This record gives sequence, structure tokens and C-alpha cells, in this order.
Amino acid sequence: MKPISILLFWTILIQYLGAQTPDSLGANKDAVYQRPFIFEGQKGNLTAAVGGYLEANTNYFSTDGVSEGFSMEMRRFNIFLYSTLKERIKFIAELEFEHGTEEIALETAMLDFELAPALAFRAGIVLVPLGYFNQNHDSPKWEFIDRPLVSTTLIPATYSDVGFGLHGTIPLNSLSFTYETYLLNGLQDGILANTSNRTFLPAGKNEERFGEDNNGSPSLAARIAMKKRGLGEVGFSCFGGYYNTFKKDGLRVDEKRKVFVFAFDYNFSFGKAKMLGEAALVKTEVPSAIGQAFGQTQWGIHADVIYPIWSGGLFGWENVKLNAAFRFEAIDYNVGIFDETGGNIGDHLLAIVPGFSLRFSPNTLLKVNYRYRWDTDLLGNPAVKTAGFQFGMASYF
Amino acid sequence: MKKWLTLIPLLGISLLSCEKLLPPTPADNEVLDGPMDGLSPTQLQIFLEGDEAFAEIFSPQTGLGPIFVATSCAGCHVGDGKGHPFTTLTRFGNYTNGQFDHLLHLGGGQLQNRAIPGYTAETLPPEATGISRFTPPAVTGLGLLAAVPDETLLALADPDDVNEDGISGRVNYVHPPSFFIPSVWHHSDAQGRYIGRFGKKAAAVDLLHQTVNAYKQDMGITSDFDLQDPINYAVTSHPTDPVADPELPAATVQSVVFYLRTLKAPAPRDQHDPEVVQGRQLFMDIQCGKCHIPTMKTGISDIEALSEIEFHPYTDLLLHDMGAALDDGYTEGSAGSAEWRTPPLWGLGLSANAQGGSIFLLHDGRARSIEEAVLLHGGEAEKSRNAFQQLSVQERNAIIQFLESL
Ligand code: HEC
Ligand code: HEC
Repeated sequence: MKPISILLFWTILIQYLGAQTPDSLGANKDAVYQRPFIFEGQKGNLTAAVGGYLEANTNYFSTDGVSEGFSMEMRRFNIFLYSTLKERIKFIAELEFEHGTEEIALETAMLDFELAPALAFRAGIVLVPLGYFNQNHDSPKWEFIDRPLVSTTLIPATYSDVGFGLHGTIPLNSLSFTYETYLLNGLQDGILANTSNRTFLPAGKNEERFGEDNNGSPSLAARIAMKKRGLGEVGFSCFGGYYNTFKKDGLRVDEKRKVFVFAFDYNFSFGKAKMLGEAALVKTEVPSAIGQAFGQTQWGIHADVIYPIWSGGLFGWENVKLNAAFRFEAIDYNVGIFDETGGNIGDHLLAIVPGFSLRFSPNTLLKVNYRYRWDTDLLGNPAVKTAGFQFGMASYF
Repeated sequence: MKKWLTLIPLLGISLLSCEKLLPPTPADNEVLDGPMDGLSPTQLQIFLEGDEAFAEIFSPQTGLGPIFVATSCAGCHVGDGKGHPFTTLTRFGNYTNGQFDHLLHLGGGQLQNRAIPGYTAETLPPEATGISRFTPPAVTGLGLLAAVPDETLLALADPDDVNEDGISGRVNYVHPPSFFIPSVWHHSDAQGRYIGRFGKKAAAVDLLHQTVNAYKQDMGITSDFDLQDPINYAVTSHPTDPVADPELPAATVQSVVFYLRTLKAPAPRDQHDPEVVQGRQLFMDIQCGKCHIPTMKTGISDIEALSEIEFHPYTDLLLHDMGAALDDGYTEGSAGSAEWRTPPLWGLGLSANAQGGSIFLLHDGRARSIEEAVLLHGGEAEKSRNAFQQLSVQERNAIIQFLESL
């Protein structure tokens, strides 16, 4: 995938630069310049826009008294490309560079084709509508440096996939209902074939999913949400499908196994306080031969409260806002009891994150987080405790 | 207003109390993992490489299986401590005409009861009569045990009970693997067999033998030392998983062996507590210390920190007949089916922190408390157990306190 995304990036860039060269119509050799956005650009209608965001932070963590010391992390540098050639045709792409160039991914590249506000067609690499965070993950929107664990380790954010589907908005008085639904290639064998010794959906995001489905049977994702103006939104979403390679060269090589994710998310303003969070339930069909380390049922939640405690001018900046923020997280990666002992299977965690954010503008902020996390292993031994401080910044551009 | 300025002292205070906000370091004698003292920086580096390999979780892409029991060494030897019934190994075989048959053609001697997706896990064949379950032991302090010369074990052994104390103690002679390189002090018998000292039946001659077997039999990981994946003969005679063999280079296996050799010995707690002192005395008085020998000494070792060191493992590394109740009808090497190697008792008090909050003692974890483990002693340990039973409740508790302090 890496080389492809780099290629795409350069192709787009070259064409963008190409738009400034004089127009030469007709000749086949100049086909690269014979493109609508260039013609539009030459007429003075800029149809494409570039944006993005950047996030970086420091880490100082200690696990049961052992610390790796202080380090700095360049988390993400993401570039957005947006274009609208005709009013109801929109294109957006997001290219992500994680930890410098350690991981480069094309997170989104999709086309929206609106027939009516209640009915739009979408295709390409889409962000799967599963919970709130997956589609709403830009760091400048969040007061916390780390992403919610339920959103990244149960719902495998950022989860994008090749998909085709429909979405729309249906207003009703002060309410509006939205829906999204897509057919996707889906998650793959890594859900079990991973190095986490647990059922782990993020490991099911095989890069090959952008090219072809591993088992020829698509997955389905859908989210419906209700929004009340001035109050907030609640959403229900689900995702499901076969995840394992049960067929190879037309031969049946394994049983078919399904995975389902159900998510609930909310996002409210109560007076000055903002509350948001999501909960997920994962049901995975696991062959009993692989053993009980791989859970069939998993759940997790995160709940954030953000409260503005001060606003005013600071260092010549107007309307700077200081927020206090608190996050609670809980995950059980393996709900069940051991066949051998009848005792509870562990593999769960709890975390709390108090913090502050200083928003210089709605799009740029500094964050300070303190994080305490208790990890209980599969057998239910005393929790491993990790805590630390993070200082970070994030901004759109 | 500059109300926000008040935040600066607040932030200052919170930074000053930073250390308090981080999880505390547990005392050295509260955890089992960690290197022994006296290692050089180079040795510490190899130790860390081994530590990482010991913790590595294997997947089908990195060679796991196709049939296996668990996915990492550390998954069974949690925090280098004992394991849980969930990660228990099952071994089996069959006695025919007084000869023990490991039923290799049926997937014996060890059951791989798990399989990667798309493969079939093994089940016990009906031919298996002797079935034994082994709970993973702690792996701390093994370098010291490995460095005790064979003469010491032979001197402690009393196979014919010449001293008539009812306790014999034998060494287990086993055929070593082809890659075994004996040191000057290794002793072999007339049949070319060597003395085993690791494992519940003392069937592994050294830590390399144990480690290579663990990679293959417990996880289905091949290495330069053993190139064949375990096979489930019930479904195929081909051992293939999707990864080319060897799945692990010799260097990684050796770093794990080095790690095992240099893991510190468990450090005792509360040694001056009067009850612990009394318990230690009673433990010796009622002959527990005849098998659970308190003190041993290493010979000369290539690792300075292991050379000529006195240490306190509470084992004699010998096999003892433990009576009918602990006889599973299963054996390895020249051990009898009722014979078990005396397990070291160091680190016993920390068992619950690795076994999921409660304890599972004896070879198969059947004893749910120290007292129960002692009461299940029979055979050569019967006299000693009877003496334990005759102690007052306070005295028994003192012994338990003492064992928990180890
Ligand atoms: C499935 C669980 C499991 C896995 C995985 C496992 N072990 Fe073990 N280990 C055991 C059991 C059970 C025993 C006792 C075996 C015996 O008696 O032969 C044992 C014994 C040992 C011993 C001997 C300890 C003693 O006191 O005699 C060592 C050393 C050891 N294992 C190291 C390892 C290493 C290194 C790995 C990874 C390569 C590993 N083990 C993987 C369960 C496991
Ligand atoms: C004849 C030798 C012998 C004597 C005497 C003896 N033991 Fe043991 N002990 C063993 C053996 C062998 C085992 C392992 C048996 C098994 O795994 O099934 C064992 C296991 C144990 C265990 C469980 C250890 C573990 O990690 O699972 C404890 C505790 C223990 N002995 C304490 C005692 C006490 C206390 C006494 C004195 C009353 C005593 N033993 C006397 C040989 C002996």
C-alpha cells in the first residue's frame, strides 16, 4: 500500500503543479493536463482545496516503577484533499503519515454523489461508520492526546475500507436523522492470526482489503443517528460479516466465521459541559481449537467530560479557552470463564485520564494529560499499573 | 483577568508530586523477574534479548503451530512465575509389558490441544493410559540449579536407602538430544545417558534441551536445533504450517537460554519474623529438608555471577516416589510413574501473583493451598507428612508462614 499511496500523492501533486503550466489542447502527449480541474482552474474556478492537521506530543510513562524515560512523538501529519466540480459531487481524500514516514496510509479517498439530501451515493475508501470516533478522529477535535482504547482496540479506528453505499439526512422539526450504510470488503484473518494472543480486530485490517476481499463475501456497516439542535447526537451502529479466508482457489479450506460489532455513541452539550463517549460490543466466532485466550465476546466504553474553566485574552490572542477534561475507559477483551477452573477470564483494563486543554482557536490547541491505566492479564493476576504525563499540540491547517 | 496565573502554582505542585503520581516500584523480593546481580553490560544486553524472545507472542504468520498449547513462553511462565491450569501441559503414553510407550505415532508424548485456524487440535487417543498434567513451574534461579555439578546430585542420591531414613532419591538418566554438549562435570551412565534435572520428571538434561523442546512442543516453533513442527497424526503425517523452517534462529534460542540462566533467584521476605524462624526449624525437624534441601552450591561457571555460589532453592533435584495418589501412570526417562523431581520451594510465596490470584500446587496444580500440597505427600515423604499432621495448628501455620516467606 505504501508505494501506491506515495504514487498517488505525487500524481496529485504533479497534476496540481501542472495546472499552472500553459494550456495545450489536443495532443495525446498532454493528456495529463486535459483534466477538468485544470480547465476550471484556468477559468479561475478553484475546485480543489488542500488542508490537513498535525499532532505531536511528549511522553513520560512508568510501568510498575520502570520508565523508558522521556520521549517525543510525532504522531500524525495528515493531508486532506477536497474537491467539488459540481455542486453535488464531492471528493475528499486523506493521506496519513504516522510517526514520520513509519506508516503511510490512504485513510480516505471517496466520492459523494448527492441525488437528494436524503439520498447520496458514496464510493471509494470510506471511513466505516462505526461509533463516533472512527469518522471523527482528527486530533484537533479532542482534548486528549491518546485515542480512546475502545475506539482503537475494539472498533479498530481508524478503520477505512473500500465500500459502496448510501447516506442521507432527514430533518424533522428540530431533529435530524442521519443514516449511512455501506458494503465493504471487511476485516480479515488477523482478528485471530495476530501477535496479541487475543481476539483483536485492529489486526484484521489487512492492507489487501483495498484490493480484494479475502473470502468473496462482503461485510456490511451501518449507522443511524438522531441529532437535536443545540443538544447533541446519539448514534447506533453495527458492522458484520465473514472475516476468515474460508475459500481458496474455489476450495473450501475452513469453516465460515463471522464478526459483529455493535456500537453506541453520544455527544451532548449540557450548559457549558460537553459529554461524549462510545461503547462497543464485539461478537466473534472463534474456532474452539484455538483456545480460550481468544474471546468470543468483548466490550468497552469511554466517557469524556469537558468543561471550560476560563476564557479570555492570552499573549495577544483573543478568546483563548482553557478546558478541564476527564476521560474514563474500560475494556474487557475476553468475557468468559475458564473451562479448566470455572474462574473468570481476565484480559481487561481500566484507565482514567484527567487533563487540561488550552484552545487558542477552535482549530489549534495545547493539551496536558495525566494517564493512569490498570491492565489485568488473561489469568487475572494483579494489574500492571502504568501512569504518566503527556504534553501535546494539535492543529488543523 | 489573569486568573489563569493561579494555575501556574497548581501546575508546579502537580509537577512536584509527579513521582507520587506514578506507580511505585515493587520491592525486589516482591517480584520474580529481573536479572541477577553482577552481570556485565554485555551480559545484560543478551539477557534483555532473551527476555524479549521469552515474551514474544507467536502467530500463524511467525510460525505458531500448526498445533500448539500456548503462544509465548511468558504466557505460561507468567512474570517468570508459575502457570495456571489454563496453560497446563498434558503428557500421555501407555505401559505395555512393563515398557512405557510414548505413543509418538499417535501424537504423544505431549498433547497439543490447540491449533491455528483451519487446523485440527489433538485429542487424547484411546490408547493413552498414563495421562499426566503439568502446571508450568517458575523459571527463576534456574541458572544456579543448572550450574550444580552432577557429583552433588549423585552424592545426595541414595537410591537404595542405605541410610534407612525412608527417603531414597534417584537421578533420572535420559538420552540427551543430539545438540547436547556435555561440560566437564556432566556424568553419563554405561548406556550413554545423562542426568536430567529440569522438568517435573527431571527429563531435560539442560536449559537448552528444555527450551528447544518448549519451542517445539508447547508452541510449534521450529529452530535450528529441531526442524520439524509437531504433527497431529490423527489428521495428517505432514507437519507443515505456512512458515518455512527453522522458524527461529539458534541465536534466539541461545539468548533465551542465557536469559533463563541469569534470571535472579527469588529473594525471600520476612526472614526475621519469629514465626518464620520457628517454621524453618520445624521444616528441618520433620525432615522436609531431606528432599527440599535448603542450600546448594554451584561449580565453576562460564558466567562469573554463577560461579561457586551458595544458594537456597529447597530442592535436591532428585526423583522421589511420592506414593500412589500422585502416580499418574506416566513417566519420562528412567523415572518411575510415581516419581517426581523435588520442586524448588523458593518463590513459593509469590505463586498467587502469577496463577491468577489463587494457587495451584504440585505437578498438576491439584493442591489449592500449601497445606493441601503437604498433605498430598506420600511414598518416601509419608513419614514427613505424618509428622506434619501431628504438629499443632500453630506449628503448621509457622511452617506455612515460612514457606510463604520464600
Ligand atoms: C504451554 C505452556 C508452556 C509454554 C508455552 C512454555 N512452557 Fe516451559 N514449562 C511448562 C511446563 C508445564 C513445564 C514443566 C514441564 C516438564 O515437566 O517437562 C515447563 C518447564 C520449563 C522449564 C523447566 C523448569 C524447571 O524448574 O525444571 C523451563 C526452563 C522452561 N519451561 C522454559 C520455557 C521456555 C524458554 C519457553 C518458551 C520457549 C517455555 N518454557 C514455554 C509450560 C510451558
Ligand atoms: C521425599 C521427598 C520429600 C519430602 C520429605 C517432602 N517433600 Fe515436598 N515435595 C516433594 C516432591 C517430589 C514434590 C512434588 C510432587 C508433585 O509435583 O506431585 C513436593 C512438593 C511440595 C510442595 C508443592 C510445591 C509446588 O511448587 O507445587 C510443597 C509446598 C512441599 N512439597 C512442601 C513440603 C513440606 C512442608 C514437607 C515436609 C512436611 C515436604 N514437602 C516434604 C518431595 C518431598
